[in-house]
Amino acid sequence: MIWSKEETLSRQEMEALQLERLQETVRRVYEKVPYYRNKMDEAGVKPDDVKTLADLQKLPFTTKQDMRDSYPFGLFAVEKEKLVRIHASSGTTGKPTVVGYTEEDLHTWTDCVSRIACMGGASEKDVAQICFGYGMFTGALGLHYGLEHIGATIIPSSTGNSQKQIMYMQDFGTTLLVATPSYALRLAEVAQEMGVDPAKDLSVKIALVGSELLTDAMREEMHAVWGQDIKITSNYGMSELMGPGVSGECLEHCGMHINEDYFIPEIIDSVTGEVLPAGERGELVITCIKKEGLPLIRYRTKDITRLFYEPCACGRTTCRMENLTGRSDDMLKIRGVNVFPSQIEEVILSVKELGPHYEIVVTREGYSDMLTVRVELNKSTDSFAELQRIEKTTAGKLKGMLGLDAKVQLESPSSLQRFEGKAKRVKDLRKQQ
Amino acid sequence: MIKQQLSVFVENRQGRLGKVLSVLNDNDVNIMSMSLADTTEYGLFRLIVDKPELGKEKLTESGFSCIVSEVLVIKLPHEPGSLQKILQKITDEKIDVEYLYGLDTDGAQASVVVKTSDPQRAAKALS
Ligand SMILES: [Zn+2]
Repeated sequence: MIWSKEETLSRQEMEALQLERLQETVRRVYEKVPYYRNKMDEAGVKPDDVKTLADLQKLPFTTKQDMRDSYPFGLFAVEKEKLVRIHASSGTTGKPTVVGYTEEDLHTWTDCVSRIACMGGASEKDVAQICFGYGMFTGALGLHYGLEHIGATIIPSSTGNSQKQIMYMQDFGTTLLVATPSYALRLAEVAQEMGVDPAKDLSVKIALVGSELLTDAMREEMHAVWGQDIKITSNYGMSELMGPGVSGECLEHCGMHINEDYFIPEIIDSVTGEVLPAGERGELVITCIKKEGLPLIRYRTKDITRLFYEPCACGRTTCRMENLTGRSDDMLKIRGVNVFPSQIEEVILSVKELGPHYEIVVTREGYSDMLTVRVELNKSTDSFAELQRIEKTTAGKLKGMLGLDAKVQLESPSSLQRFEGKAKRVKDLRKQQ
Repeated sequence: MIKQQLSVFVENRQGRLGKVLSVLNDNDVNIMSMSLADTTEYGLFRLIVDKPELGKEKLTESGFSCIVSEVLVIKLPHEPGSLQKILQKITDEKIDVEYLYGLDTDGAQASVVVKTSDPQRAAKALS
């Protein structure tokens, strides 16, 4: 089911709507947000200069640092009294980023999430268990309201107490699971420990996963435990922009549809800031064009993706962003080529003779960057020919993925470092040489 | 005679070979013969030991990639052309010889370890 008529507008209709909302938003932030007015004045651009959608490029970017600098309410475009909700993202360093919603913003948010729930196959018949942590984090409440709005039955079970989660699934007949991919896998593990087969003994047929990268390997792993027929879609958002609901994957699995009537996407070269043409990979930049509380202009998400504007087989015409492959923070520049560790990971996971652990080492020899990928052998052999074949296959796939020659270094099965938290898989030694 | 050979993948890094030997020694696995072939990055350490399965188990526990495979151990007289004759018999059967190394050269007879593509058939060809 397609939730809103805006999801099937013609490109022309969509662009007309976007321009109207963009002009209104830019005028409003210029008037109401001194921080933005100063930035625009510095850049020498006035609201009236935005005559076409392409003029968006004249406006300055907004970054996470801008949000920190204006903590807590400096970027808000409404009086504090008009806010009906505040969320905050957990800042790992320093102050959290604070976001606020007016009543109208909550309606917008709910509508956006209802759309992505429908994209993932949800309907009013579903019993939806929300296994995201409730609280200052936007994920749980966003999915909660969006799913409730389409008429699904909500079980706000939050995270933790996994055995009880499985009990709810059994006793309440949960059909739809909202979780991070890794928690969805963890829940399946707990079910199995309890003697419950998630694929056979539970009724979960839809998984809306988010707030964490869903790799192909994880998707496959989820199918293996939750059943081949479970519909798994990922969705995208961040609290600065609204929370979940910026975009979501439909059942065609060809990227995530962006709610373009609320968010204008751009792709930029994260180094030069230049806007790249459709289909090219770069950093996603989002402008909120229908928000009252916190309408961010050209917000740099640091997420790396590509945009596709061809209408989708699902019937929606909204622009799609490719499922995420990495963040610009993780990007390496090797011999002028942008390389993401996630691309290398994808290759390694596809070679069955290799284990999943790896280390990327970048060095400089003379004037040239050298990329070495250390990987663990997963297969025992007595043959040099076999070892060379594994090296060659892996190097060939890396060349295909990155367009770069890489040296593959085979290691014994447990020689690389293991990480419990965020893995540190890159050793860039160029600066030390 | 068919024997079990233990092959261990070792990175060309200081201490790796010594580690293999100490794991075998700690578990009382006795080495009869060995060969080390290497490239610039890694090598294959091939051993004829008295307890190949135990060696494999303990080395795997210590994080090594190893495998037990069948090789031929062939006794030959100390005379010119004896090795060539044997190898000819194997290749006549269209069996590939992958590598070989000496096991024992003391006494009246020498022994060599021969890895072929089909140890069972090769053994039959020599019997
Ligand atoms: Zn679609």
